[in-house]
Amino acid sequence: MSDSRNRSTGLYRPEFEHDSCGIGFVANLKGRKSHQIIENALTMLTCMEHRGGTGFDVKSGDGAGILIQIPHDFFKQQSASLGFTLQDAGDYGVGMLFFPPQAEQMRQCRNLLISNIEKLGLTLLGFRGVPTDNSGLGQASLDTEPQIEQVFIQKPEGLDSQVFERKLYILRKSTCHQINETIATEKDEFYIASMSARTLVYKGQLTTAQVREYYLDLQNEDVDTAMAMFHSRFSTNTFPAWRRAQPFRYLSHNGEINTVQGNVNWMKAREALFESINFSNEELQLLHPVCNRESSDSANLDMAIELLVLSGRPLAQVMMMVVPEAWQSQDDMDPVKRAFYEYYSCVMEPWDGPASISFTDGKVIGATLDRNGLRPSRYLVTEDGMLVMGSETGALVVDQSKVIQKGRLQPGKIFIADLEQGRIISDEEVKADVCASQPYGEWLEQYKIVIDDLPTPEEEFHQPLMASLFKRQQAFGYSSEDLQRILAEMVGTAKEPLGAMGTDNPLAILSDKSQHLSNYFKQLFAQVTNPPIDPIREEMVMSLRTYVGGSLNLLEETPRHCHKVEIKQPLLTNPQLMKLKHIDHDHFQSKTLDTVFRANGKPGSLEKALDRICYYAKDAVEDGYSIIILSDRAIDSDHAPIPSLLVTAAVHHYLIRQGLRAKADLIVESGDVRETHHFATLLGYGASAVNPYLALETLLELRNEGVVDASLSDTQLFDRYTQAVNSGLLKIFSKMGISTLQSYQGAQIFEALGINSEVVNSYFTGTVSRIEGIGLDQIAQEALQRHRQGFAPEGRIAIDDLLPSGGEYAWRKDGERHLFNPTTIRLLQHATSNNDQTQFGEYAKNVDEQSQAAFTLRGLMKFNPDRPSIPLSEVEPIEEIFKRFATGAMSFGSISWEAHTTLAIAMNRIGGKSNSGEGGEDPIRFTPEANGDSKKSRIKQVASGRFGVTSYYLANADELQIKMAQGAKPGEGGQLPGHKVDAWIGRTRGSTPGVGLISPPPHHDIYSIEDLSQLIFDLKNANREARINVKLVSEAGVGTIASGVCKGYADVVLIAGYDGGTGASPLSSIKHAGLPWELGLSETHQTLVRNKLRSRITVQADGQMKTPRDLAIATLLGAEEWGVATAALIVEGCTMMRKCHLNTCPVGIATQDKELRARYQGKVEHVVNFFTFMAEGLRELMAELGFRSINEMVGQTQCLDIRDNIDHWKFKGVDLSPILYKEPTPDGETLYNSIAQKHLIDEIIDRKLIKDAQPALDNQQPVSLEYGIISTDRSVGAMLSNEISKKYNDVGLPEDCIQVKFSGSAGQSFGCFGAKGIRFELEGDANDYFGKGLSGGKLVVYPDAQAPFEPSQNILIGNVAFFGATSGSAFIRGIAGERFCVRNSGATAVVEGVGDHGCEYMTGGKTVILGATGRNFAAGMSGGVAYVLDRKKDFAAKCNMEMVALETLEDSAEIAELHDLIEQHRKQTGSDVAQALLADWPTAVADFVKVMPVDYRQMQAYMDQARSSGKYPTEEEVAEAAFDMHLNNLAAQKA
Amino acid sequence: MGNPTGFLKVDRAMPETRDAAERLIDWQEVYQPMAEAEIRDQASRCMDCGVPFCQSGESQYAPAVAGCPVNNVIPEWNDLVYRGRWKEALQVLHKTNNFPEFTGRVCPAPCEGSCVLGINADPVTIKLHEHAIIERGFQEGWVVANPPARRSGKTVAVIGSGPAGLACAAQLNKAGHRVTVYERADRIGGLLMYGIPNMKLQKEFVKRRVTLLKAEGIRFITNTEVGKDLPTSQLKSEFDSVVVCTGATVPRDLAVEGRELNGVHYAMEFLGKNTKSLLDSDHRDSNYINAAGKHVVVIGGGDTGTDCVGTSLRHGCASVIQLEIMPKPVDERAANNPWPQWPKVLNVDYGQKEAIAIQSEDPRQYLVMTQKIEGDTDGNVSAVHTVDISWQKNDQGQMIPQPVAGSEKVHPADIVLLAMGFMGPEQGLLDNLEVQTDGRSNVDAQYDQFATNVPGIYAAGDARRGQSLVVWAIDEGRRAAREVDRYLMGETYLP
Repeated sequence: MSDSRNRSTGLYRPEFEHDSCGIGFVANLKGRKSHQIIENALTMLTCMEHRGGTGFDVKSGDGAGILIQIPHDFFKQQSASLGFTLQDAGDYGVGMLFFPPQAEQMRQCRNLLISNIEKLGLTLLGFRGVPTDNSGLGQASLDTEPQIEQVFIQKPEGLDSQVFERKLYILRKSTCHQINETIATEKDEFYIASMSARTLVYKGQLTTAQVREYYLDLQNEDVDTAMAMFHSRFSTNTFPAWRRAQPFRYLSHNGEINTVQGNVNWMKAREALFESINFSNEELQLLHPVCNRESSDSANLDMAIELLVLSGRPLAQVMMMVVPEAWQSQDDMDPVKRAFYEYYSCVMEPWDGPASISFTDGKVIGATLDRNGLRPSRYLVTEDGMLVMGSETGALVVDQSKVIQKGRLQPGKIFIADLEQGRIISDEEVKADVCASQPYGEWLEQYKIVIDDLPTPEEEFHQPLMASLFKRQQAFGYSSEDLQRILAEMVGTAKEPLGAMGTDNPLAILSDKSQHLSNYFKQLFAQVTNPPIDPIREEMVMSLRTYVGGSLNLLEETPRHCHKVEIKQPLLTNPQLMKLKHIDHDHFQSKTLDTVFRANGKPGSLEKALDRICYYAKDAVEDGYSIIILSDRAIDSDHAPIPSLLVTAAVHHYLIRQGLRAKADLIVESGDVRETHHFATLLGYGASAVNPYLALETLLELRNEGVVDASLSDTQLFDRYTQAVNSGLLKIFSKMGISTLQSYQGAQIFEALGINSEVVNSYFTGTVSRIEGIGLDQIAQEALQRHRQGFAPEGRIAIDDLLPSGGEYAWRKDGERHLFNPTTIRLLQHATSNNDQTQFGEYAKNVDEQSQAAFTLRGLMKFNPDRPSIPLSEVEPIEEIFKRFATGAMSFGSISWEAHTTLAIAMNRIGGKSNSGEGGEDPIRFTPEANGDSKKSRIKQVASGRFGVTSYYLANADELQIKMAQGAKPGEGGQLPGHKVDAWIGRTRGSTPGVGLISPPPHHDIYSIEDLSQLIFDLKNANREARINVKLVSEAGVGTIASGVCKGYADVVLIAGYDGGTGASPLSSIKHAGLPWELGLSETHQTLVRNKLRSRITVQADGQMKTPRDLAIATLLGAEEWGVATAALIVEGCTMMRKCHLNTCPVGIATQDKELRARYQGKVEHVVNFFTFMAEGLRELMAELGFRSINEMVGQTQCLDIRDNIDHWKFKGVDLSPILYKEPTPDGETLYNSIAQKHLIDEIIDRKLIKDAQPALDNQQPVSLEYGIISTDRSVGAMLSNEISKKYNDVGLPEDCIQVKFSGSAGQSFGCFGAKGIRFELEGDANDYFGKGLSGGKLVVYPDAQAPFEPSQNILIGNVAFFGATSGSAFIRGIAGERFCVRNSGATAVVEGVGDHGCEYMTGGKTVILGATGRNFAAGMSGGVAYVLDRKKDFAAKCNMEMVALETLEDSAEIAELHDLIEQHRKQTGSDVAQALLADWPTAVADFVKVMPVDYRQMQAYMDQARSSGKYPTEEEVAEAAFDMHLNNLAAQKA
Repeated sequence: MGNPTGFLKVDRAMPETRDAAERLIDWQEVYQPMAEAEIRDQASRCMDCGVPFCQSGESQYAPAVAGCPVNNVIPEWNDLVYRGRWKEALQVLHKTNNFPEFTGRVCPAPCEGSCVLGINADPVTIKLHEHAIIERGFQEGWVVANPPARRSGKTVAVIGSGPAGLACAAQLNKAGHRVTVYERADRIGGLLMYGIPNMKLQKEFVKRRVTLLKAEGIRFITNTEVGKDLPTSQLKSEFDSVVVCTGATVPRDLAVEGRELNGVHYAMEFLGKNTKSLLDSDHRDSNYINAAGKHVVVIGGGDTGTDCVGTSLRHGCASVIQLEIMPKPVDERAANNPWPQWPKVLNVDYGQKEAIAIQSEDPRQYLVMTQKIEGDTDGNVSAVHTVDISWQKNDQGQMIPQPVAGSEKVHPADIVLLAMGFMGPEQGLLDNLEVQTDGRSNVDAQYDQFATNVPGIYAAGDARRGQSLVVWAIDEGRRAAREVDRYLMGETYLP
């Protein structure tokens, strides 16, 4: 097939592609084959269409397929006509071949295959053309359609069937390798979907429905199987290829392996050590490379699993190796199982990331879920032995009266159906078997070494003279900010230092100051295609443990495999490092290499040194050293330190290439490591542990001089620093969705910005670097700049006696440059307050004209008009420009009421849009003012915290923005501390004043692209007039994500720069995560155009937009709308204090302090002036460039060019052509949004509901309705609720006014944003996001009356129920999945059991759980109450006690209330559990545990006190009084 | 920043001044010491701004926009003061300012004018902290001579020992060059010595610094006027480089009838002689213009005028008034004078306060123009005739003073002091050195390059810039040193 479209041009790279999907399988437990199983599987597949994606061409799917057992009877019957004979089942293998369509190439491929068959001693039986019907395919699929044939290969007589599988495996691998290296003109042009005597895969670039239509075999009644595993793919782009479709040979994967780069590298590193009794060495050679970078994460995982299985391990064990449970912090785990996991963590790193995996070897079929369990997997078993498992329940309509079990896969659990044994094997049994197969615990006891147990070396460690410290600090580039803002603060708080208001420094490549090499590496983060993790509240899945020492052959399992040193976290103190240096444990030895280079300034010095160190490292490994220590302690006047990151990556990749990497581990001993980001880059490029000796010495100095607490002991000091580094590292891992250091290590989760490809290819192999930049000599020059500070060149007499200021975090005259500096701030404020256009011009000139220097990528560009200028009058009027402005999302809470409403009024005056931010909005703003002004934010944000997101809130928006990430801290959550949540903010956010609020890192209803698509659908239903906007942050691959967002039917995609402002964010995130918008925007535009999606979506850009020139460049790069935030705040009076996180904003903007708010002086008029200047300035530029309208101008990148005067020693190597690349415009495509999205909301159940409920909607007359429901009926109730909210505001209808009974399996988001007055009753079951954002409605669910299973023991509703619910009630007769009531802030729910993370981040409402809970209950729960029936008395161990206390029930009113709730539950659902409890109520009461958040209880007490004082007539006043009491109490505590 | 809410809890406070009556009997400084705890409290008011405008003085925008011209890293030492880490504060302060003991006393503190806290509250007492840091340093013995480790073998002559000359010499000396400073007066210090009266800057503090500079290896030659006592050719041949730091010493004259009368003096003559006599003999030699029992009219409302008021009062004058042609400044910033510009608001300085204490009213009269000076038959001044004016635009759109009819006044006067500013440097030496001047008679050299048309000759301070502040002079001296060092060595490591 032709892959020419996939070649990377511009900024797009094929490796950015993501996908996620619907998966599942159908099997007959007894192994009975039938065609019906295929039919059922294909039906389910079709019902997951909404989980798949389609591009511009709706007939070309993203890929789908099915894996079945070899249909022997069918083939036998077919073979007759094909000229060969098939013997018995299992005596032959079948290969599913995708040939290039050209006859000649096909012939060559076929010949080579045939000759390989012979070479391996097998016999070719023949080929069979696979009958297909491509009449229904779309153009994109047709363009790449391969020629599909099956090959039949005879199993040699007497050969064991598993050995035959291995032969087929070698045949497939080696043939593919050879063909693609010789014959194929395009990569992977020849492909073998499967080759096995057991299984067969039918797949392709198809929609779910096309699988059946295309492959005629699948329609043939004679084709039968006892199991069928299927997969539908939702790709972020639209050039998926046939081979990229799943299933692969062993698995279907729904998820994303975030660490795939590392996993593939490690696999390659281990290849050299492969030996297997099951493969000859020659055969192993034919298999290499087992994995490859070009294939997707899922494909690589499949290939790794395949190797591990075929080399002799049981399938279940392999699954446990690659996707281990979270075991490190599970103290209660069975020691035998724990030993297995620990042993294997010495052998192999986890393939980390969200993963729901179905797997099969043709004999057993099973599924497993990763430790976070973020992908849904539901199954049911019928009494006649049918097992149905899938991403959703209800995808296959099953006679409920036959269902004997309904379950879900739980995080880290595995289950297997053994069709030979005819039964399901539970997680416990599977794992017990695997873990008992070897005495892993004994092996660990014997061989594992714990670093602290190593003997303290006799040679005492000598601290170098303190006097030399200053000099070395200079030589390693320390600034006084590093000491004060970074190190001292890390020790002071044991956390990462915080900052605010984004960053406006030059990029590292553009800075004149010597830059730490890691500043060129930008952290990648998860957005949309996989979720970040909360490393604090979900700490139980995280781990920093690692094992160092050489690895042994992966294909074996011996006691010595765990002969490694265990390191609990990667920061090594000096004594720990000395222990490793002196380790001498039978052949376990370490070698230290000096990582310095000649400081002679000659070109090539650094390269020579790197070559030398790599050779020495090779020697050392070959000599048997298994720990290599890279040390820069040996610097002196003539020798400068090589940046530790460079040397680490260089040795790492060199050893991989030499096939030696697996035999040793790398430890770094360096003076240039101080911040978290430095550690992260080192670990990401292969280091196992780091000794930051100079940082440690500096800490001692800071302690000795009393800068940090002088009473700290050395150990305490280092511990606090280590804690800060550790929490920072976990945060960096988690923002990419990675849980463990072992998988992060070597995973290269960075994009290089400003490093040339020569350096990247040699030393940072595989890293994305798109704009070129410095080479080795410039890196050396930067290192020498620092070195010279410490080791003064001869002739230098004046010596600095202080470290430089730095100026990175706060402006300093002699420090790093800032775009917002005293001059520009002053000019902007004066220009806008005096309405002085000339002064604005001066301001813009100061920002834009950077003469020889540059701050930003756009600073390197110039305009390059390609058409004549036009008079200003011909440019579209200013009003047309105004419409395209938005202000950034800043919540009321992060900024003051005054600052927030000033922006809103100003934007409403000019016809632009202000953004509510994530804090809800006080409904008083929905009513216009008397003078015509409006305080309403036209954009309402929907962020992960869902504060105040009600049906009414959503109804009052012109645009709904889903914040996937935020420039200043992509992939991270946020926290509004209790002292900022005053009565007003609490009310607006639907929470309790004084109680802190947490915004989780992920949206708990967006774990994948199809989930995002679901939320878009929810919101579109909740307000069909509003545009849906998805906010992304610029990073490598954001363009493909934006394509996915477009395919998920968003109306607008916002690309935010990394540099945007924020109220509070870790400094390392502000500086090092994400990319400038120029890159992200350009990549987005290019990718959308390439995918023919650009016309379907509006593109917006923001991130430090300051001047008309910025707007013009953004427009030319592809944005038709722009967001401006920081500059608008400056106009309001902000002076870039960067103290937002301290609540001390002296100009009353970023504060809730009453006294400070009174100092606010911002004016609506000034903001209006500012946007007028911006728009006018843009119009002038448009006239100059000859554009009459913005639409005409969007994406015309030919009108930009790189500046002429770029001869800066550092950035002259930058190449902007990928950014300025203009993707050819496909026919009929516009470069701006010109087509409305099809939102698929026309034929939904709610349309009927609205019609049928008209009496209620019009006249509040009660109605009672009944409908059937199936899993494709999603977001039921949202549109109906929107009708209620539009008419009845937040008051809603009278209780139970609209009663609807549904029967069947409800799709996702059942009852979402359900407004007051509706009562939905569901007989059946439901999928994920049940009751999302419930806004006053009532939901009742119970199983099908016919179902024989016990409701309280079976899963009834999916994961993440009542996410962000604000009010209403629900009764569920059965068990709910993970994260029940996550972020609930006001709803009451009764349920009979929940999964892990119940009531997470809850801030209000009540939850009653009449059964077991999973682990990590109440994590981050700051408000509300949960009552848990704890019959087994084991609840305490499952509860996260960080923020809550457990109580017994004593208050009689409370007991009565609980009684009433359970009584209601019984009445509404007929629950027998409730019945039993009520029957013996006193006993029941004693078994309830009340989960009460500590701060919440305190605030309740204050409120009671205020109420009973009688002084406060309204609840508002009570809340205010309580908040004041809280503040007074805080102040008293401080004093 | 140790105390994020300090600015909300602590009000601005300055040290107590000595009682006016008490301080008029001597020539000592007017402020009393402030307790360390109080100073540290004041320092807690600093907000450690993300963009500290206090630090941001820039030649390009001076003097329209405030901010410290030497770019003192104010937030850093404010924090160190708050924490009582005086020694480090001193290090940070000295990094940008060679002579904080001078600026800590006489600087009008543009930093405070642009303090972010000043937007809506009283600014931080930055100058107070500067003063406290350096005096603590001297008190503790931390300020010691620190001669360079090696010598470069290059020699530089600095002409003029005012703040620019001294700063330039100090920096060049740090770079290892042999520096000789020429001063035509008998004492080192220029304006610092004879321009500023003792009660504002006690001369022992100038000597204290000069002693240190000497100990660091700088040669000082007094009583030598280059071009007169020492031929410029000799200077040029003896030194590798020359820096002209001669100040802007030509005073603005008043062209009115009676200007020639006895008793009409330039302010600098009055102030300079007073200080010299005080230092030489505690005024016993009577070599000064004594205002005792006399009616003094000071023409000019600036700082020099104020110094004349204070000096006259200390002499025991019969009366003193101060005439200003400009309008009375407003009490609060005007709309066209927004933060962070230097606030043009009414300031009651020590001289006025003392006058108010003695004469019960502010000595300043605004919008007053001198029409003539009247003398007696002996040719001594007897009165000053003034008229009130208003500022009007003329045909060319320039603002010109228009007398207000009927507002003529006669002020009795025995001494008239002209304190109307300075015109520029004296031209003789410049001609002699063949150094070109610009349209305003200043040495023609670019800021931050400081090179004149003559290779090797540099100029800094008021001689290049025109009349300015001590702190600008220090800035120029430091920056010029860097350029001279670069000229001599090819590159420079000076800050």
